[in-house]
Amino acid sequence: MTKITSRKELEQYRKNLQKQKGSKNITISVCAGTGCLALKAQEVVDNFREEIKKHKLSANVEVKEAGCPGFCEKGALVVIHPEEINYIKVQPEDVAEIVSETIVKKKVIPRLLYTDPHSTKPIKKESDIPFYKHQKRILLGNNMKIDSKNIDDYILYGGYSALAKALFDMKPEEVLEEVKKSNLRGRGGGGFPTGRKWETTRNAQSDKKYVIVNCDEGDPGAFMDRALMEGNPHLVLEGLMIGGYAIGANEGFVYVRQEYPLAVENTEIAIKKLEELGLLGKNILGSGFDFTITVHRGAGAFVSGESSALMSAIEGRVGEPRPKYIHTAVSGLWNKPTCLNNVETWANVPLIINNGAAWFQKIGTENSKGTKIFSLVGKVNNTGLVEVPMGTTLREIIYTIGGGVPNGKKFKAVQTGGPSGGCLPEKYLDLPVDFDELYKVGSMMGSGGMIVMDEDTCMVDIARYFVNFLSQESCGKCIPCREGLRHMLRILNDLTTGEATEDDVKLLEELSEVVQLSSLCALGQSAPNPVLSTLQYFRDEYQAHINGECPAKVCKGLLTFTIDAAKCTGCGLCMKNCPVEAITGEKKTVHHINSDICIKCGNCYEVCKFNAVQKATGKQKKVVSVERR
Amino acid sequence: MGTVSLTIDGKTIQIEEGKTVLHAAQKAGIEIPTLCHHDQLEPYGACRLCMVEIEKNNRKKLVASCCYPVENGLIVRTKTDSVDKIRKMLIELLLSNCPSGEHVEMAKKYGITQSRFKQADTPESPCSLCGLCVRYCNEIKKEHAVCFVGRGVDRAVALVPGVSDVCKTCRACFSVCDAGKIVYLVDMVQDISCPPLRPMKKQ
Ligand SMILES: Cc1cc2nc3c(=O)[nH]c(=O)nc-3n(C[C@H](O)[C@H](O)[C@H](O)COP(=O)(O)O)c2cc1C
Ligand code: SF4
Ligand code: SF4
Ligand code: FES
Ligand code: FES
Repeated sequence: MTKITSRKELEQYRKNLQKQKGSKNITISVCAGTGCLALKAQEVVDNFREEIKKHKLSANVEVKEAGCPGFCEKGALVVIHPEEINYIKVQPEDVAEIVSETIVKKKVIPRLLYTDPHSTKPIKKESDIPFYKHQKRILLGNNMKIDSKNIDDYILYGGYSALAKALFDMKPEEVLEEVKKSNLRGRGGGGFPTGRKWETTRNAQSDKKYVIVNCDEGDPGAFMDRALMEGNPHLVLEGLMIGGYAIGANEGFVYVRQEYPLAVENTEIAIKKLEELGLLGKNILGSGFDFTITVHRGAGAFVSGESSALMSAIEGRVGEPRPKYIHTAVSGLWNKPTCLNNVETWANVPLIINNGAAWFQKIGTENSKGTKIFSLVGKVNNTGLVEVPMGTTLREIIYTIGGGVPNGKKFKAVQTGGPSGGCLPEKYLDLPVDFDELYKVGSMMGSGGMIVMDEDTCMVDIARYFVNFLSQESCGKCIPCREGLRHMLRILNDLTTGEATEDDVKLLEELSEVVQLSSLCALGQSAPNPVLSTLQYFRDEYQAHINGECPAKVCKGLLTFTIDAAKCTGCGLCMKNCPVEAITGEKKTVHHINSDICIKCGNCYEVCKFNAVQKATGKQKKVVSVERR
Repeated sequence: MGTVSLTIDGKTIQIEEGKTVLHAAQKAGIEIPTLCHHDQLEPYGACRLCMVEIEKNNRKKLVASCCYPVENGLIVRTKTDSVDKIRKMLIELLLSNCPSGEHVEMAKKYGITQSRFKQADTPESPCSLCGLCVRYCNEIKKEHAVCFVGRGVDRAVALVPGVSDVCKTCRACFSVCDAGKIVYLVDMVQDISCPPLRPMKKQ
């Protein structure tokens, strides 16, 4: 590969790519993200390559292994350009038909299209699908257009022009000023102004400075950082290089969790290609700027995403948080000034440099600019990654884009901000989502996790779930977090079995406050959020549990299973499925559950075809046994 | 290095730059409880018993005094309602599964006779996980024979198999462990499995 040694050569390189591209006028993009690969996307790609060869179409058709656009649930995804025909749930067996029908005969295959559940009409174009249509995908938008392993694809779509602009048209101070003016805030959780953080590191006195990409992403169920790092690594790396230039750092790290092998692979390939082209190393594009990037694989404990823990891990020590009364921006990696930002934060940088701070300012709300990628999951029809301007309401995200709550169930709450975020009730559905609005109502943006819950969710159980997660994921270094979470969990466990009293709940609240105020790092400081927000909005459910009832009928310890004699046909299915032989009955006669033996697994309830098994809650309401009725 | 001037509980104190609020308080004879602090070791900030309230630019904040560097004009309060509330609860938390050690004396001072927290699902442990032994062995003796194992609620202190043969003769960490609990562990050094000094949670 010849090196690109000047800005002019970069532009020439891009022009050549555009010329070559012109000859192939059809592109078949297959998502090769982790989600789709699990759904046989690689076989789909291989089959496409074979079929295209068979039909002798290679000169005209390009098959591309693309990055994740976020609709993973519908994978494997295939988009055919230029018509933008979007096929979902494509199986390897479908490929021959797609080539002979759609590519050769230009006929759309209705069975593979996305069907809108409301209008029940199939939708042909990707951009017409409601899930995508109402998003604003400035970061994720190119994922399906580019092959993340091929640097040429990124350059073709304008890649590294922002770097060139920064290096040649702007002084480091001007780059910093532009980022400050954009009001970009960190996407890793805290929403700290990125420009200010850069400035602190820039102003710190030192011979050596570092910049780091935080791709730890420990939040369960979240994968926006993975989708970006895997699907468009160059966007993140270009941002990192621009940041290094602005801050005065010549060394960058990408910290990726071990569980993201494809992100590691694609980032490493991207760095290698950059080095080959001379876009990394000494004297980049002849500008005099030197920069290197190293990938560091982390052992993905949730707490290692915390900045001081992450830096300890890169230094080769135990990934545990340290007191940060002197900011890592001033004394971080090997006690040198270090600027750590989230994947999505870095990815915004090239866009800001290319389009200007004023353009970025136009997107979003007063104090939260730009877009945010959310990982929309739970009880919602369309799950996946959703990129919207800050200030989009919860209702728009959950209903317009997410398609609402499935199976006609009622919406109950949405949990935002990952495991240490808060649960918001229905009355906040019209809340415009940005850093400050979420904080005001007792939740937070976090890294963008969004879990929708329906009427079948028990809020006490949800609080218990998150506290349990955090108690396992805490590093265990400081007393409030380690011992505090242990006892918070114990009280929540007691609530779910009806053994907690009002005093316990008071103690839980007091403990939550102490854990918040005194924990060493933000994990402990924010861990009580799920408890405090559910107490704030769903206190009646806590009270119900004290009284021995689980209103959502979730907490096993508070359930009783009985058989409705009028509905029971005596088929015996429940008896067969009971693991502890608590059910008795003869064929074709009414069956009976012995509540003393029953372990409340709910198998009988699940398997009964006649809805004869009844689930009841409440300690006091002893249900009258069938015989006596 | 210059000196800075700060006030703690109304007293004005001059102290060299680079020292911590805890140092300043000690210099002024103001008592702040500590458990994980040791003057020879790096600031660690794990027990949180030394928390105090600071005021800077009219903003109040709770910080661990053993880690917080002194600053000119800093106002420190070591006894406020929040500070007391935190300390009492941390002591209660400790008592609930580690019934012996320095914190028992602290508990008396704060009028705590019994923890409101039920014994958790782990049996009592002699170790408060202050980490002094681990850090002493690593930072001063440089043997790296004592370590933490497990994370979160499963954290425990253990000897590093293989390396911990030195413990038979060294025993330097005994002096830092507030109730000599590490003795049990080191005495078990013969035992090849080197069991952790705190029972793991049963699943
Ligand atoms: C327990 C814990 C876990 C965290 N995990 C992540 C993570 O996975 N990714 C991330 O970018 N930031 C994470 N953070 C936040 C980082 O410490 C840091 O604030 C962030 O990466 C800074 O980037 P930003 O300014 O771009 O938001 C975590 C913080 C805590 C306390
Ligand atoms: S708050 Fe929790 S995760 Fe953070 S240092 Fe303390 S124990 Fe570790
Ligand atoms: S053994 Fe002693 S010194 Fe070591 S952590 Fe436990 S209490 Fe602290
Ligand atoms: S992995 Fe294919 S859509 Fe996400
Ligand atoms: S003495 Fe300061 S945190 Fe332990």
